Amino acid sequence: MIKLALSDDILMKVDKPARYIGNEVNAVVKEKSKVDVRFAMCFPDVYEIGMSHQGIQILYGMFNSFEDTWCERVYSPWVDLDRIMREENIPLFALESQEPVKDFDFLGITIQYEMCYTNILQVLDLAQIPLKASERGDGWDYPIVIGGGPCTYNPEPIADFFDMFYIGEGETHYRKLLDVYKACRKEAKSRQEFLYKASKVPGMYVPSMYDVQYKEDGTIASFTPVKEGVPATVLKEIVMDVSDCYYPTKTVVPYIKATQDRVVLEIQRGCIRGCRFCQAGQIYRPVRERDVEKLKQYAVELLKNTGYEEISLSSLSSSDYSQLPELIDFLIEECNKRHTNISLPSLRIDAFSLDVMSKVQDVKKSSLTFAPEAGSQRLRDVINKGLTEEVILKGAALAFEGGWTKVKLYFMLGLPTETEEDIRGIAELSNKIAATFFETVPKEKRVNGKVQIVTSTSFFIPKPFTPFQWAKQFTKEEFIEKAHQTKRAIASQLNQKSIKYNYHEADVSVLEGVFARGDRKVADVILKAYEKGCMYDSWSEYFDNNKWLESFDECGVDIGFYTTRERDLDEIFPWDFIDCGVTKAFLKREWQKALGETVTPNCRMQCQGCGAMRFGGGVCFEVKN
Amino acid sequence: MKLRIKFKKFGPVKFIGHLDVMRFFQKGLRRAEIDVAYSTGFSPHQIMSFASPLGVGLESNGEYFDVEILTPISSQDFMDKFNAVSVPWIQVTDVRLLPDKAGNAMASVAAAGYTISFRESRGFEDGWHQKFEAFMSQPQIMVTKATKKGTAEIDLKPAIYDYKVSEDSLYLLVNASSEGNIKPTLVMDAFAAYCGERLRENALMITREETYGSKVYKDGNVKYIPLAEFGEWME
Repeated sequence: MIKLALSDDILMKVDKPARYIGNEVNAVVKEKSKVDVRFAMCFPDVYEIGMSHQGIQILYGMFNSFEDTWCERVYSPWVDLDRIMREENIPLFALESQEPVKDFDFLGITIQYEMCYTNILQVLDLAQIPLKASERGDGWDYPIVIGGGPCTYNPEPIADFFDMFYIGEGETHYRKLLDVYKACRKEAKSRQEFLYKASKVPGMYVPSMYDVQYKEDGTIASFTPVKEGVPATVLKEIVMDVSDCYYPTKTVVPYIKATQDRVVLEIQRGCIRGCRFCQAGQIYRPVRERDVEKLKQYAVELLKNTGYEEISLSSLSSSDYSQLPELIDFLIEECNKRHTNISLPSLRIDAFSLDVMSKVQDVKKSSLTFAPEAGSQRLRDVINKGLTEEVILKGAALAFEGGWTKVKLYFMLGLPTETEEDIRGIAELSNKIAATFFETVPKEKRVNGKVQIVTSTSFFIPKPFTPFQWAKQFTKEEFIEKAHQTKRAIASQLNQKSIKYNYHEADVSVLEGVFARGDRKVADVILKAYEKGCMYDSWSEYFDNNKWLESFDECGVDIGFYTTRERDLDEIFPWDFIDCGVTKAFLKREWQKALGETVTPNCRMQCQGCGAMRFGGGVCFEVKN
Repeated sequence: MKLRIKFKKFGPVKFIGHLDVMRFFQKGLRRAEIDVAYSTGFSPHQIMSFASPLGVGLESNGEYFDVEILTPISSQDFMDKFNAVSVPWIQVTDVRLLPDKAGNAMASVAAAGYTISFRESRGFEDGWHQKFEAFMSQPQIMVTKATKKGTAEIDLKPAIYDYKVSEDSLYLLVNASSEGNIKPTLVMDAFAAYCGERLRENALMITREETYGSKVYKDGNVKYIPLAEFGEWME
């Protein structure tokens, strides 16, 4: 009989106790005496969010396919349980064994968005692991804390809290890392000796093995390894044969409804588009497609093994998957047989996608999504978003003819070179789409007589390894003024009654900007804010901007240095020691082309020599016609 | 064909609420590849009806739902297939074929039997066994029950169909119909008040042992019959 880490008394008191009981369908339970390595895999947010993450399911399955390793899951306890665990001194536990994380060999933390940084500290704190890696000693009292995921492409703001990072895709070198670990433990080597050896495994970054010197102006003077043999740059890890690598087909099915309550099928990695604001579009290069026959087989196995009533496709741009029609035809047939739904990711709106969508969803209820990102053609050229007004309006007309009446539009405010005219363009484009509805659909055919357009804007945040990594970010006040301008512009449109406008929080965007391009000095601020009680910062009801501002103040760290400062073309960035495949020279070229309002063709149209070809596969080596 | 499924739920999954249990079975029936009948439309759903929601924190040996299937299957096969893809703490224990005219599980519920025991050092003082007999021999047991519209004064006595006091536990058979459902905690709170005590937080451990339908005889007698017995075992 399984013994839970929390008493019935506690479980009866907290919200959604099923978050903490583990033992879900397909959860892996091993006999701990029969494994050498115990790995706690953590997503530092609440269970329902963490359980929706595909990456953990992949690594969880992969680790547990190793006979000598038992991988378990850990999530952030929600605030109610967090309080009780602190009061009663209950150590954070892993779900499967219900045993303390502190006794594990590794604590792996996936870092998917910047606003989870205080939750990383919460997890370490509740696990009773010293928050700073430097305080964890030279022995084996604590697990090796290892980070991974997109935010680790600039790990510096959180480098103090991690023993090491795995830069890139986890499938390639974890086996090797575990073997190094096992050998070190067997030979009674110290923690520091292990970390030194680990720093030589490809893709591994051990922050304590590097020294950072700063110039007087606060920028980086040098970033150098402190020990012989530690590589000066860390090349990201990448799976080149995505069709033949591990893929989980027996994923854990939560008892409670997760945010992503469906089978998710990853069809490809990377993106050919090269939008200049998009980090994922650069760091996951080159595009690698999974074999369609394999995907069909995974889909069937996953549906059978999980019992989910819905399947969804995951990739950065599903429309670019070359075998999409074949895959979708197969899924439609298979899903009909199984009474299962297909939920399509945002496909590029055209005749093909509308036809598919009308087959798999209720047109009257569903909405269509366009992401023009910028309001004017000029600015769309700057950001290299190859979507023209003509294409959008044509797609909208087709959709309205097909019976759709709801359209969602996504834009960004504060993009480099943005003018008031570009902002007005957001309102005008929204208006034109509404007008298209009235022109396309005759009065007698209009469902409820109207069209609903929801226009949303987020604030642009420059990210590392994008052509915009040199760009200045706007201040909170400027952001809010831009949102107000957008609102006024929409209100002055003829069809304003059909347009609903939403905009994001500006405070969070400023902070995210600091973390995105931050250096090691930012760690103190994160620690201070956590000590003041900041946690769950991505949840608006728990975000406390004042505490953050106080923390910056008390640490003497200037927000503007990281956000609004103009960066020199030759500045050494905190993340420059990482080689993501795409070269800095390419990014510089793209930044200059952006300022010149020149678009760059996508990878399939014409190779731009970004640098990712050196990985020796993917789209770079597709047979071109 | 309509089947009535009996299952038990215990251990860690007692913390899973009713809606999640329903979702668990929907997924479980798919994993087991049972040929369930679906509604039509864009979001097809399985045609099923659950008997009576079980509160979070309670265990049960007698939960039920009805489900419509298209391809005949033996009771044993159904159980084997489902239990193989379930978790050890939710297990199907009986499968019956319902006659065409049978009412659905939810409408059929008349009563439920509960075993109640006490967490260590949270039970009643010595001598509670006798006191319970005295409590039950009152002509009326008036309590205030929370309803959708506020509170109502009700008499518990006619809703308690049977009881049995044992050394360290208590068995209650109470009304569980949709109109007159009585939670066992309501009875225990009333008993505590009768003893001049107050139940400590989370003092009770409750297991629903069985869920019953009813059969009214010509002479006016009512007999409570386990829901499974309205259907037939399929060889």
